Amino acid sequence: MAAQKKASKSNASAEDLKAYYYDMLLIRRFEEKAGQLYGMGLIGGFCHLYIGQEAIVVGLEAAAEEGDKRITTYRDHGHMLACGMSPNGVMAELTGREDGYSRGKGGSMHMFSKEKHFYGGHGIVGANVPLGAGLAFSDKYRGNDRVTFTYFGDGAANQGQVYETFNMAALWELPVIFVIENNNYAMGTAQKRSTSSPELYKRGEAFGIPGEAVDGMDVLAVKEAGEKAVAHCRSGKGPYILEMKTYRYRGHSMSDPAKYRTREEVQKIREEKDCIEHVRDLLLTGKHATEDDLKSVDKEIKKIVNASAEFAKDSPEPDSAELWTDVYADAVPQKA
Amino acid sequence: MPTEILMPALSPTMEEGTLAKWLVSEGDTVSSGDILAEIETDKATMEFEAVDEGTIGKILIEAGTEGVKVNTAIAVLLEEGESGDDISDAKTDAPKSEPKEAPKSDAPKAAPAKAKAPEPDRSPDWPEGTETKKQTVREALNAAMAEEMRNDDDVFIMGEEVAEYQGAYKITQNLLEEFSARRVIDTPITEHGFAGIGVGAAFGGLRPIVEFMTWNFAMQAIDQIINSAAKTLYMSGGQMGCPIVFRGPNGAAARVGAQHSQDYAAWYAHIPGLKVVQPYSASDAKGLLKTAIRDPNPVIFLENEILYGKSFDVPVMDDFTVPFGKARVWREGEDVTIVSFGIGMTYALEAAEKLAEDGISAEVIDLRTLRPIDYDTVIASVMKTNRCVTVEEGFPVASIGNHLSAVIMERAFDYLDAPVINCLGKDVPMPYAANLEKLALTSTKEVLEAVHKVTYR
Repeated sequence: MAAQKKASKSNASAEDLKAYYYDMLLIRRFEEKAGQLYGMGLIGGFCHLYIGQEAIVVGLEAAAEEGDKRITTYRDHGHMLACGMSPNGVMAELTGREDGYSRGKGGSMHMFSKEKHFYGGHGIVGANVPLGAGLAFSDKYRGNDRVTFTYFGDGAANQGQVYETFNMAALWELPVIFVIENNNYAMGTAQKRSTSSPELYKRGEAFGIPGEAVDGMDVLAVKEAGEKAVAHCRSGKGPYILEMKTYRYRGHSMSDPAKYRTREEVQKIREEKDCIEHVRDLLLTGKHATEDDLKSVDKEIKKIVNASAEFAKDSPEPDSAELWTDVYADAVPQKA
Repeated sequence: MPTEILMPALSPTMEEGTLAKWLVSEGDTVSSGDILAEIETDKATMEFEAVDEGTIGKILIEAGTEGVKVNTAIAVLLEEGESGDDISDAKTDAPKSEPKEAPKSDAPKAAPAKAKAPEPDRSPDWPEGTETKKQTVREALNAAMAEEMRNDDDVFIMGEEVAEYQGAYKITQNLLEEFSARRVIDTPITEHGFAGIGVGAAFGGLRPIVEFMTWNFAMQAIDQIINSAAKTLYMSGGQMGCPIVFRGPNGAAARVGAQHSQDYAAWYAHIPGLKVVQPYSASDAKGLLKTAIRDPNPVIFLENEILYGKSFDVPVMDDFTVPFGKARVWREGEDVTIVSFGIGMTYALEAAEKLAEDGISAEVIDLRTLRPIDYDTVIASVMKTNRCVTVEEGFPVASIGNHLSAVIMERAFDYLDAPVINCLGKDVPMPYAANLEKLALTSTKEVLEAVHKVTYR
């Protein structure tokens, strides 16, 4: 609990702490519900849960400003909720229904929100990294000071296109923050079995990109590092790498038998490092909230998540005519 | 009300499984995350975790039971304040699994015998009497980009050697001087990466032109072109379009060997979400590239190195564009239809010239765009001539010619007086030796032979 003790000295306000608690708990309860709906056959295909990693997106969203962009891989439900997309719309996409963010045509891995500047949701490991740099390119081209958060995992960190992107992002000083969510397992392959040099935050050194390792289980540490990275990017100094040391409690996807790690390993992290328990502890010991206060937050979130599940079950399947729509855009898109 | 714990689906394909082992007993208290049971799926043995807190009220399915259907109630969980007496009230929350009606196919209905000939748009590309000037394909492409960049600040070009070198094939000559390094951007040799950056910039609202030094190198980037550029509009339910042009020389040049000599027309024409253009003349190169840059979809623009230096009439107009999906009829004829595109048109037109000397009147159609394809112009022509030969340099299997043959069979079967013949590149990697390279490509001679075969003369 060392990291937690250290963080508790932080000067985060009660309001901030409560907001982090709320946002992280919403993601966790939402994901648990998604897992349940998957088990019931209401969600199909692949479903990658974010449970355990919630502090990363919540901490970085706290460091973001309106207009900043974000793009991620397929473990994307947490990112969507953290940037303000509606639980109903996300859950209805998971069930493949008309009211989902992609009208049921994208699924768990392919959701987008232009309004919230969320550019997906991408299913090909590593492919979203140049896309994120391209989004940053568009902001630099237009001369504004927006930044793009480009999330990927320790698995994607071994893809060649990541380094092609690092090179161009540094060369062209693109305002992109590469967030490596290192949960130690690329699907079922432990980092030590896949990666010759495990310090991923140093992967930008050859390109002159500064990087730092962050305790990704500590929302306050994440936010602090995020603010530093954002300031760097916004001031025109080019890209920045944040390696978030984190852990996923659930399997890679729903059909993961988890034979590559022990139950004890998972349990130990859960008991000692859990990001939500950490903030809960700060709230209670700092006398910012009572057990009863937090219980009512839990209740409120449970209500929202249950409502999203009901919404996602009740929303109709897309009309069969939807099969043929959105293959081509017929009008020139509005300028951003 | 007690909650039923249901047999979970633990993989995308699981319909039933074996309840191998219970790890809890009736009366045990469980909390979220505790393992309840081990379940064997079609793939593996999985641990099944509790989602809700409560007490195990009753175990409904014994350990060791095989073939337990997904969503069968396997146990009952009692929440705080509930007792076993409440169990009979438990209601399953399982989804209704009524079979859904299969979506109706929108495939074209089979035409009745002797279907009416379509009436395609045969309007000229520019108004009669418009002044024209001779221009090379290279100059036409360059002018198209310059005009569109003058019109719209969001249009920029990136690629290898497009700026200071003035383009590996000089297509981007003088653009750097006029538009500065902000909009004419030399990239490192890193196709996968810069194609992805281009697609991301298009998601961000810009209108990139990405030049590949040749389309052979775009194979390094094909994931970004297909999975990111072509599919995102659909996957986002129409929210996120990708207005981008990927362009560069395609197909065989001369003596550059197997890795630099491939025609990708059929590859990209296969993909829904892309538009695919392969111009032959300079006016089409100009008019279609301007249309491509304005199109809100990803456009694959396949040029040809050998054609770059060829001159054609180009209309002198302020804003000359050519629409997608409209073929051009270069020669009208009565006896046979020759359909081609890109450099294949050189063989088609040369053959038609020679055939005229022999008294065979060939109609020559340049498809110009391969997605969308102007089927109506082809079908109307075949209904008139009753014979068809297709010409392209690509590999034989699943070629554009194969596809057209199938469409002609579906829509004009009763009009055909001979099988459709596809003149194609040979089914071999491109050889280097001059004589072998010639043999590997199609030729005017092959087109002539095919026409004689289908016209029986």
